[in-house]
Amino acid sequence: MRRLPLASFAIIGTMVFVAVFAPWLTPHSPIDQSLPNKLLPPFWEEGGTTEYLLGTDIFGRDLLTRLFYGARVSLIVTALALSVGGGVGLVLGIVSGYVGGKLDAFLMRVVDAAFAFPTILFALLLAVTMGQGMDTLVIALSLFLWAGFARVIRGEVLAIKQRDFVALARVHGSSPARIMFIHILPNVLNTFMVLLTLNVGVIIVAEASLSFLGAGVPPPTPSWGLMVAEGRGKITSAWWLSLIPGIAITLVVLSFNLFGDWLRDRLDPKLRQL
Amino acid sequence: MQRYILQRLVQGVILLVVVTSVVFFIGRMTGNPVDMMLPEDATEEDRQDMIERLELDGSVMDQFGVFIVDAVQGDLGTSIRYRQPATDIFFSRLPNTLAMIPPAMILAIAMAIPLGILSALRRGGIIDRISATIAVLGISTPNFWLGIVLIYLFSVTWGWLPSSRMGGPLNYIMPTVTLGTFLVAGFMRLIRSSMLETLDSEFVKLARIKGVSETAIVWKHCLRNALIPVLSLWGVFMGGLVTGAIVTETVFAWPGIGRLTYEAVIFRDYPLLQAVIIMDAIFILFINLLVDILYAYVDPRIRFE
Amino acid sequence: MDSAPVLEVRNLHTHFFLRRGVVKAVDGVTFSLKRGEVLGLVGESGCGKSLTALSILRLLPQEAARTVEGQVLLDGEDLLAKSAGEMREVRGQRIAMILQDPQTSLNPVFSIGNQLHEALARRPDERGRSLRERAVDVLRQVRLAAPEQRIGQYPHELSGGMKQRVVGAIAISCAPEVMIADEPTTALDVTIQLQYLNLLKELQTSLGMGILFITHDFGVVARMCDRVAVMYAGRIVETGPVREIFDNPVHPYTQALIASVPKLRDTAERLRAIEGQPPALSDLPVGCRFADRCPHAEPRCLEKYPEAVSVGENHTASCWLAA
Ligand SMILES: Nc1ncnc2c1ncn2[C@@H]1O[C@H](COP(=O)(O)OP(=O)(O)OP(=O)(O)O)[C@@H](O)[C@H]1O
Ligand code: SF4
Ligand SMILES: [Mg+2]
Repeated sequence: MRRLPLASFAIIGTMVFVAVFAPWLTPHSPIDQSLPNKLLPPFWEEGGTTEYLLGTDIFGRDLLTRLFYGARVSLIVTALALSVGGGVGLVLGIVSGYVGGKLDAFLMRVVDAAFAFPTILFALLLAVTMGQGMDTLVIALSLFLWAGFARVIRGEVLAIKQRDFVALARVHGSSPARIMFIHILPNVLNTFMVLLTLNVGVIIVAEASLSFLGAGVPPPTPSWGLMVAEGRGKITSAWWLSLIPGIAITLVVLSFNLFGDWLRDRLDPKLRQL
Repeated sequence: MQRYILQRLVQGVILLVVVTSVVFFIGRMTGNPVDMMLPEDATEEDRQDMIERLELDGSVMDQFGVFIVDAVQGDLGTSIRYRQPATDIFFSRLPNTLAMIPPAMILAIAMAIPLGILSALRRGGIIDRISATIAVLGISTPNFWLGIVLIYLFSVTWGWLPSSRMGGPLNYIMPTVTLGTFLVAGFMRLIRSSMLETLDSEFVKLARIKGVSETAIVWKHCLRNALIPVLSLWGVFMGGLVTGAIVTETVFAWPGIGRLTYEAVIFRDYPLLQAVIIMDAIFILFINLLVDILYAYVDPRIRFE
Repeated sequence: MDSAPVLEVRNLHTHFFLRRGVVKAVDGVTFSLKRGEVLGLVGESGCGKSLTALSILRLLPQEAARTVEGQVLLDGEDLLAKSAGEMREVRGQRIAMILQDPQTSLNPVFSIGNQLHEALARRPDERGRSLRERAVDVLRQVRLAAPEQRIGQYPHELSGGMKQRVVGAIAISCAPEVMIADEPTTALDVTIQLQYLNLLKELQTSLGMGILFITHDFGVVARMCDRVAVMYAGRIVETGPVREIFDNPVHPYTQALIASVPKLRDTAERLRAIEGQPPALSDLPVGCRFADRCPHAEPRCLEKYPEAVSVGENHTASCWLAA
């Protein structure tokens, strides 16, 4: 059995903490520009000051402050996408597995199709047609999620359906909706939880990638992916602008992934394949 | 076998029709198509011209009809930014992407197969632990950032490698590594888990009973079986490849399809994006078909279905 | 019948070294198989029959399993002392084995011919036939219809019974001295079981192999075997000629097994007619392992393990009652 990933907990905890308490943790604004202070390096480099610990960007905004607020954006977007995409997948998976027959065959075809075509292209298309924004981003990210959730949950439901308590409920005349959501749902929640944690990292990377490609939340809202993109052009003179947000993404995603692996082994070792 | 290929082909065409329709209707539902398809400095004449040509004053279904008829004739619209037929731009960029993908795939396969096999053979051993670390780092590091780190180290700091654009063989190194590592993690873990499963199977036991050598057990009996899940999950890797190509080409200013997709997004060039997506779909379906044929070759149970 | 033993297993111990303790799955097994003889190895599920067979071939299921003591003598040579390379020469050529489940014991991605060739190619043919001709010949020997066509087919195109015949063909392809058949018919349809048993018997007589026949079914023992060894919790508790064991079982466990035969005849269920559970293999008692379930248990049974004693011609038992 894996050891409890303490470092991961610490990093995830820190991220949540700075996201929640961002306004109280920093005197700077994440958005207001301060051109006289632009492109200051981190405090340990020559010319850096402790006022701007990690330096400033081309508009003189404090990098650390933007990281804090970026954590907020990341977490909100991830939570929404997981609720929407994961929720849709959960419901479709249960219905498909329980009802079976033609509906199941059809839904699984759709799932196959969703896997056969890269979702990122639809995500980009949505950004162009609907315009950038939190809502577009959440829809796009949900597209990444629902099919995987639906497929795994359906498999689980197929097995649960065979168990006695389902037959019993059916004999007692429970309605299909009742069986699905009172009897079956609680039994797939473990798997659902594991899927959620395993996908947090995936979604944070996807969000960052879309933001990097100009299809995420619109500037000047701070998003880690967007910060990497904005700093990219200044890599020769101001390395901190793109490298530091990237480190933040990697550490956080790594932590979520290690945590997800740990949780999966704890709750449901047979999901190893996921 | 022929039936199987035909079946796959039909499925592919259906998927293509679905993708095309989705692309079309998303465009119509979420904005004014005329505004999206015309440059900002377009004259009123241009507007009328387009409305007439695409029957944009007709019903959505009529417009869809025009769109499909044009599409079948190879006309997927005109790029706003480049003012050229979108398919022309696509084909002019395509060779650059096709030049970048094989080295990355080769790198990914050359790393994933041996590492996946070795970590399955010595479960919990040093190679297994190293490759597990590579895998988790690989999926945790966004590859646009990895590309930037590589540029910072190898171009900016040490000046060893050119940072962007195409050119000599040196230009290929960083994009190949960036895109390749994006694929390695998934490949490697999948090969490892399916190797473990086959190594544990009864037919491997019987092969050992026959006195087959360990080398032949691994390379003949196991590997072929272990490749089956890799091929059947190809679609997922394809998604990764497309995403990876867009991001990698963007980071390294590589003038291929991925970079073109990015340009279409940041310049809000809707007709170009629409065309790129549909062309991508055609290519992806074509490659998936090849993979399906390979799959049938590897797994006789499919071949004789 | 030649009476020299071709295979002799002496005091074999194979244990699983797990984090939660040592599982002594095979713990002091001794028996011998004569040339051209069929020896039945019978016992409840989990008593260590398959593991004994795999220990003989030195193909233990995982790294945690190790043969820690004993000898496996094939024509007097100790297999446990051989190098990995030498052992490979033994497998398939001198000792062959048939596994329980034909559905999973053939590789799904290679043709029948390919999988037969692998076995055949290890020994040059004295009559100079091609691999293909030899493959057709062995398939004919196992009475598989239309062998020429079968060669190009894949496992999923064959029925379970046909696959098991192919496995049989692989086993006899190098004319082994010893064949181990581990419940070869359990996974087959009842109607096909009998045909397969007849085939094995026929092959055994014509090729003169010794067969170690693992089963949990005394009915099959009566049909197939010359002698039988009864295994309980990692050890052989009684051995003797089949008639003798049936007519005059000495060990209370054997008696209980035989008493339960009629009940099993048409259900083909595993032996479970005896009340109670065998002891945990990770925590074996010092005395007789059957004591818990034995109706004749006495204080001394709990104190010391009863060594095997002769109770008749070629008939031994490990029980204080017989001592
Ligand atoms: N991988 C393993 N880890 C730990 N113990 C094992 C393992 N495999 C087998 N064993 C133990 O070894 C014992 C013997 O197993 P074996 O397969 O030889 O039984 P068997 O007599 O062939 O039973 P069956 O009739 O069910 O085939 C089992 O009781 C089991 O407890
Ligand atoms: S030794 Fe004792 S306990 Fe064991 S079988 Fe004989 S009588 Fe029963
Ligand atoms: Mg067994």
